[in-house]
Amino acid sequence: MSTLVKPGTRYKSTVCDTEVIIVKPSSGPIDLRCGGQPVVEVGAEVPAGLTLDPAFSGGTPLGKRFADPESGLELLATKGGAGSLSIGEVPLPLKDAKPLPSSD
Amino acid sequence: MHLGMLLEMAADGLADRIALGPRVGGLTFAELAHRARRIGAALQTLPGDRVGLIDLNSPAVALTLFGSAIAGKPFVPINYRLADEQLRAIVTRTAPATVVVGAGVAERLGEIDGIHLITRDELLAIGADPEAKEADGWGGDAEDIAVLLFTSGTTGEPKAAVLRHRNLTEYVITTVEFAGSAEDEVAIVSVPPYHIAGVSAACSSTYSGRRIVQLESFEPRAWVDLVRAEAVTHAMVVPTMLGRILDVIEADGQGLPSLRSISYGGGPMPLPVIERAVTMLPHVGFVNAYGLTETSSTIAVLGPDDHQAAISSDDPEVRARLGSVGRPLPSLEVSIRDAAGVEVPTGEHGEIWVRGGQVSGEYLGIGRIENDGWFPTRDEGHLDAGGYLYVHGRLDDVIVRGGENMSPGEIEAVLIDHPAVEEAAVVGIPHRDWGEQVVAAVVVTGDVTEEELQRHVRAKLRSSRTPEHIQFRTELPFNENGKLLRRVLRTELEQAFA
Repeated sequence: MSTLVKPGTRYKSTVCDTEVIIVKPSSGPIDLRCGGQPVVEVGAEVPAGLTLDPAFSGGTPLGKRFADPESGLELLATKGGAGSLSIGEVPLPLKDAKPLPSSD
Repeated sequence: MHLGMLLEMAADGLADRIALGPRVGGLTFAELAHRARRIGAALQTLPGDRVGLIDLNSPAVALTLFGSAIAGKPFVPINYRLADEQLRAIVTRTAPATVVVGAGVAERLGEIDGIHLITRDELLAIGADPEAKEADGWGGDAEDIAVLLFTSGTTGEPKAAVLRHRNLTEYVITTVEFAGSAEDEVAIVSVPPYHIAGVSAACSSTYSGRRIVQLESFEPRAWVDLVRAEAVTHAMVVPTMLGRILDVIEADGQGLPSLRSISYGGGPMPLPVIERAVTMLPHVGFVNAYGLTETSSTIAVLGPDDHQAAISSDDPEVRARLGSVGRPLPSLEVSIRDAAGVEVPTGEHGEIWVRGGQVSGEYLGIGRIENDGWFPTRDEGHLDAGGYLYVHGRLDDVIVRGGENMSPGEIEAVLIDHPAVEEAAVVGIPHRDWGEQVVAAVVVTGDVTEEELQRHVRAKLRSSRTPEHIQFRTELPFNENGKLLRRVLRTELEQAFA
């Protein structure tokens, strides 16, 4: 399933507790998955009977940012979970963020 | 993204960590969220579309900020130091609203149409009541207004800057790592709640998991005592605070051993003060942060390594960077432009323009200037070859003498460079032949004459930039946030010299 994502849209995993919010949209439709299964928008019905694919069970830590260099998609994990994020079957890498000196 | 999201994430991932208050007995992130949700539910049913706050610092500030977000109403912290008439005028512009008030404020306001008052204690009691209803969810969406901040109005009628949830959250998630603070990190907040730094401190600390301790309002002795008592590791100060803090620790000789980082901003920091601070507090990392209310706080930082490199360098260009505000944040763009809006070559002076998700550049009732997302800051500055940004002051303060534009900041920097000068301010006052003439006011520590200071400026800048008159004073007029009151000074100098 392909999804066209907008900034601020929230998605949740269908097989674990992971929830994400879109920080930067992708340049086109993409197949965002968690735990090996397509994600659904928060508030949408979760299809029954799906299971977590062991190949995508590394986990998604709360508060981490992810970025897909290919599509430009960036997202933030607003809830952590047991499944890991991927675009299709390609794992979604963590965003490489250089720490800034604290200014507040 | 939404401020309610930041709080929910912290409550989720850092539930038992202390968020606010003393090491023993402070509120945990989980408790902070429960209380904010209770206050959010109450604010949904209280009258008005907005939530004001006129008070000193207390836990009610963060609770009202997040409670308003959860209630889906803009948070409007208002300057309690305003004279009664101005305060009433601003509150009237905030209506219809529920306003949280500290001691003595209700009496000052009297009856105002569309304004419902609730005391700080009443608000805190709602938050602490385990029986009170809790609101669900984040409270709205990213486009909603999170905060309205009245600008200080040093150059005119105060405007209400609009900060939307997406502006503030974009700033936080791009500059702060979630749960990135060590468990023993503590930030002291002594800037008032109506300052953008007060708002950004609450947001950033929540997201990074850093405990906050608060001073009701800034007083140097109390500040030093609280830093020592609570083993504070991080502090943000405006320029006028730092010198006074250094005076206290120099007098008692006890230092500030727990402190790791001081960030400063909100106005130009005199070089002698920062050099003194670096010498007296060698274990502290200094961060110069430049930002505006309209940009959700910081847009450029000069970090501890930059400070060290500048202080230890023989290269004049690198040394000069101590007077810069560092490099723009990687998440935004900065451009220096001429009066026509055209980018100028590196090194040349112009207006600082900025673009990025955290930049609002929007005012209530005025809207935002659409320049393809770019916000002209009205600050004058330049970028050096290394990408370091220098700020020379407000464009509205530029002096035009006989057709020549000159920025007060440049002349002030030269004056402060004189060993006897502690503070300096330069303004233009009317002149029959030149249109404007350059005059200065200085606070000095040693023996120095007007002629000597004029010679000092003439030796470094062209003679047209040399102040025609210099007034010696015991202090300059600053507002409580360390911003020079140029209009006040200009009027005084005009009376003395025009």
